[in-house]
Amino acid sequence: MRESAAMTSKKAKPRRRATAQSMAAKQRDISVSEFFTKNRHLLGFDSPTKALLTSIKEAVDNSLDACEEAGILPDLDVEIQEVGENRYRVIVTDNGPGIVKSQIPRIFGKLLYGSKFHRLRQSRGQQGIGISAAGMYGQLTTAKPIVIESRVSRRKPAHRYELVIDTLRNKPVIKRELEVEWEAAHGTRVEIEMEAVYKRGRHGVETYLRQTALANPHVEVRFLAPGEEEPLISARSSNDLPEEAMEIKPHPYGVEVGLLMRMLKESKARRLRSFFQAEFSRVGPTLATRIVEGAELQVQTSPRRVSTEAAERLVQSIRQTRIPSPPTDCLSPIGADRILASLEQQIDAELFVAVTRSPTVYRGNPFQVEVGLAYGGNLPVDDLITLYRFANRVPLLYQQGACAIHRSTLSTNWKSYGLQQGRGALPSGPMLLMAHVASVWVPFTSESKEAVAGYDEIIRELKLALQEVGRKLAQHIRKDRRRQDAARKRAYIEQYIPHIGIALKDILDLSGAQESKVVDTLSDTLSRSRKM
Amino acid sequence: MPRRTAKKTAAAKPTAETVVEQIQTEAKQIYNKILRKRTPSLKFPVRSLSNVIYQPRKGYFQIKGKKKERTLTVGTVKTFAQTLRMMAFSKELVETDDIATKREAYYVSKNWEETRFNEQPESDAVMEDVEALFRVNREQLGFIPEEKGGDVAGQLTVIDHDRETGEELRIDCTRFGSGAYSIPISVEGLGFETGAEFILAIETAGMFQRLVKHAYWRTANCILVSLGGVPTRACRRFIRRLADDQKLLVYVFVDGDPYGYSNIYRTLKVGSGNAAHLNEFFCVPQARFLGVTPYDITEYDLPTHPLKAVDVKRAKDALKNDPFVRHHTQWQEALQLQIKMGVRVEQQALAKHGLNYVIDEYLPQKMANREAFLP
Repeated sequence: MRESAAMTSKKAKPRRRATAQSMAAKQRDISVSEFFTKNRHLLGFDSPTKALLTSIKEAVDNSLDACEEAGILPDLDVEIQEVGENRYRVIVTDNGPGIVKSQIPRIFGKLLYGSKFHRLRQSRGQQGIGISAAGMYGQLTTAKPIVIESRVSRRKPAHRYELVIDTLRNKPVIKRELEVEWEAAHGTRVEIEMEAVYKRGRHGVETYLRQTALANPHVEVRFLAPGEEEPLISARSSNDLPEEAMEIKPHPYGVEVGLLMRMLKESKARRLRSFFQAEFSRVGPTLATRIVEGAELQVQTSPRRVSTEAAERLVQSIRQTRIPSPPTDCLSPIGADRILASLEQQIDAELFVAVTRSPTVYRGNPFQVEVGLAYGGNLPVDDLITLYRFANRVPLLYQQGACAIHRSTLSTNWKSYGLQQGRGALPSGPMLLMAHVASVWVPFTSESKEAVAGYDEIIRELKLALQEVGRKLAQHIRKDRRRQDAARKRAYIEQYIPHIGIALKDILDLSGAQESKVVDTLSDTLSRSRKM
Repeated sequence: MPRRTAKKTAAAKPTAETVVEQIQTEAKQIYNKILRKRTPSLKFPVRSLSNVIYQPRKGYFQIKGKKKERTLTVGTVKTFAQTLRMMAFSKELVETDDIATKREAYYVSKNWEETRFNEQPESDAVMEDVEALFRVNREQLGFIPEEKGGDVAGQLTVIDHDRETGEELRIDCTRFGSGAYSIPISVEGLGFETGAEFILAIETAGMFQRLVKHAYWRTANCILVSLGGVPTRACRRFIRRLADDQKLLVYVFVDGDPYGYSNIYRTLKVGSGNAAHLNEFFCVPQARFLGVTPYDITEYDLPTHPLKAVDVKRAKDALKNDPFVRHHTQWQEALQLQIKMGVRVEQQALAKHGLNYVIDEYLPQKMANREAFLP
């Protein structure tokens, strides 16, 4: 590089365009809100259709997380109103615990604010970007504020806020604030007006809500689409809330140098040994000592004094230490029984199979895979199968090709289970497949949370689950084929048996009754026989 | 010329009524089995050379006991239904004293909806199955072949009857000029009067024409029969009845190739595998092979053609599987010689020595040494 620079300098000295000083004048904080306005595609707001869906998705995720944490069976009302050309108002109302008045502006009017990012626990939302990003999108496209109403208890009034985000400073600006009437004891209502396009079909809101109901049998969703009089209702098929997901500490295997450095700086622990014991799961005094000594550090050293270079040694040492897997009671799968009930309620099919695998771990993060299958019935015979993907019970509608669930389904040999499958394609047949990855930290390929990243461990678990339901499917298809063969056989027999009747009648002068007795008896005898 | 009057040979075959009875008995058995919820079956004798045994004393291929059973299953239901419908059709023909050619039967099946035959060979096969099932001649089932029986000329009077009046018809086979008497499809009712010494059965129409034209039958005091290739059942039965009735010898004059030996001569003499159940009636045990033999080729210096692959195969097959050939070492030697020579010879090759060489030299020389005829 240097040489080539020298050579060019011989020709003509390049004019200096900017100095360090002039550049410094332009260097300043980038507000996350500002970052968002330029990179909205990263968060799922890249098209008007998708923006509408993403907004509803974020609101629904928040509502369901809140309801479950508070132990409430969620009732959701989703409404889309058309207010102008390519302009819609999205309203999501829940019966959740409500939000304390003082928190409302920050939750909805500030990006990266929330309760979920800092803890390792299976939940739908993770980063605290979602709903405020939706609000910001609305604000950017319509200049209208996001409207929040919430009530926390009968003893307190409901509050209504109209908020805009100061995109430069990532701060909420309260436009209006007032007390309002609210019938129920508690709940939250979010209203965002935005430029959008409402579409039905595979990526539509209705599909998303149906899939949400499928993966969340304890939820009741009412959806009022634009221009409709009556809401579409997905009733709950289970009255049990999912097991409450436990919060866990990170497992050492999932830690990288940067994260470790931050944890070291932020920890209240005074010594390295107690730091490892306190901040990580599955690390006791013995393991903590082994990790620290493995990095040639002292157990008494203060975490704040650890250099980057020493932190790298610590990470190395962690990799070389055998540490038990993290506890897996932090996960809350849907459960095979409930998947079955849910599929049976929503899908018109002949065969239902569901499998919930045992929890396991990728990079120190516990995760669990579930697969449900519906086959036959009214499902279309000639098309490719329908694949529903879920991460922490949230339907994934976009970027199917990039998703580990899709890849695992493709690389499963469905031919051996009796389906047709082209090279590198989903199998075809009357089948609906749903796969769920539950984890304290689902690895998404991007912040818009549309595809699960393909960690080997996750793909392996997915494939095992798919194979398990596949084997059940194969049994069913074989039985089905036998039934069809029998029907074909019967049709074939019934073509010719009448002629045996006619011939015998001609030869033996049988009566009509005798003739039909021959035909009936023979049909019966032959269709029972196994010989083809 | 000694004249012997024909005696009616009692055909050792079931009468029309018993055919109907047989059909009904079989149908009844099927009917009962069906009602007892059992799968009925039909047992057919296997119709092939593997299921015949050569009875030198009786002089024909006798059928062995091998049977194939057609059980009514899903796979056989169509053929089973067709067989039964064919039986019903046969019963109708016999009862109404009507006949149907094999081709007509095929067309009648077009009314049978799903059980109709697509091609005539299918209906022929089912017909032959029914025939074998009841061990009768298809004519007794009301089915007649398309082809004519063969031509006759010479010292013979055939006694037939007018279909309508029943009046006796005497047909003098010397009085057809350059034409010939045509053997009818059913020969059972015919009577014979003859002063002839033997019957000469000839493969090709061309050779027959020549012998008729020059009235060889008069010179040799014989009856000439044109086989026209493999003899039809009517032709075989005609020769058999005539030879039995009039105590005549039968000499066979065919092309010198494996087809002439095994398909024509052997079928005429002892019968075939395909009609194994009927050989008893359709054989001519008194037949002897006049020529053309492989030995004649050198003896008479005859022009030849190379054996075709199919001829060689036929000869080897006969050596291996034909019970008749396997019984007669003379035939084995003849066939082996033919394979070794690798050539075949036609009857008409004798024309090389002059058109009438066959009449003036070949046949008289042969007739002078009848002991040398192949069995």
